[in-house]
Amino acid sequence: MKNAHRAYLAASLLLGILVLGFSTPGAQLSEPKLPESSESTAAELTPEQAFDLMMEVLTHKRCVNCHPSDDYPRQGEDSHIHNFGVQRGPDNHGVAALQCQTCHQTENNNHAGVPGAPEWSLAPRRMAWQGLTRVEIARSMLNPENNGGRTLEETVHHLTEHELVLWAWEPGVDANGTPREKPPVPKAEYIKAVKAWAAGGAPIPEE
Amino acid sequence: MTISFNINGQPTSLDVDGDTPLLWVVRDMLDLKGTKFGCGKAACGACTLHVDGKAVRSCSYAVKYAEGKNITTIEGLSSGDQLHPVQQAWMEEIVPQCGYCQPGFMMATAALLSEIPNPTDEDIDNNIVNVCRCATYYRMRKAIHRAAGLQSQTAKNQPS
Repeated sequence: MKNAHRAYLAASLLLGILVLGFSTPGAQLSEPKLPESSESTAAELTPEQAFDLMMEVLTHKRCVNCHPSDDYPRQGEDSHIHNFGVQRGPDNHGVAALQCQTCHQTENNNHAGVPGAPEWSLAPRRMAWQGLTRVEIARSMLNPENNGGRTLEETVHHLTEHELVLWAWEPGVDANGTPREKPPVPKAEYIKAVKAWAAGGAPIPEE
Repeated sequence: MTISFNINGQPTSLDVDGDTPLLWVVRDMLDLKGTKFGCGKAACGACTLHVDGKAVRSCSYAVKYAEGKNITTIEGLSSGDQLHPVQQAWMEEIVPQCGYCQPGFMMATAALLSEIPNPTDEDIDNNIVNVCRCATYYRMRKAIHRAAGLQSQTAKNQPS
């Protein structure tokens, strides 16, 4: 519990630093890396282009923060370990009396700065993406042993229709009221890219 | 919108903006002042109460989610005149200093003991992460262990 108190103080200081950092002119969010055509469609993307666009999103902190390789969720733009030592727990929803739903509900709470979406939880350990390359993430994502036995079609459904995934484009504000950074590819372009990649046979480039 | 739920065992219906924090409703509409406002960001835990037996930070819990649920605040933790083991242990260990954060800690502890009746120090560290600016953590740890013992004794004494 003392550690939690120290973590709270440290987190408060860190948040202050982050706010200052994001208010400086040099701290611009990266621009979406879209194909040259501004009217791209799934049919216009090669599978390789589609893979690149998809991975711009899947390697973004809004995704990876909840796909950690250990038992601690990440949070914030710097992907720090979740304040107060919050843990994965046996079912990816936290520990006995400190569940995700102790604080996170099915919608963002922009008064408190607490994010929320349906089924708010960590991805299972076997779906860990933190520290993996784009190729490793893709291989894991298509591996039935890691992806919960999903077919490619089911994986595409998860990536393009699951509300918790799509929360990344409506991430709300943090505890200081600062909007959370969105993935660098617009949602519609990302969905097109995922579908184009799958339609092209879901090729994974060589490392 | 009209929201209906049970509060400390009593059914209630309120006409309220659904996005109002449950904490506001409990304190200002239902006049149950035991649950405290601390940070307003679900960080300190002073506002912890139970929703269907689970610990929830009520400052960031919109009241619309409470529809049809059973809400328990510190005022409803005891069974009539019979104190909850957590309340009894808190008194016996003389835990509070200023006392402001204590209802949140007690509700979090009650939720913990309902899931882990005999928690280890590690269980306590992992589950009870509220913040006490008086730093009464040492006495709280003792009280949590004492409450576990009282709860166990109470369970043994109940007729089967």
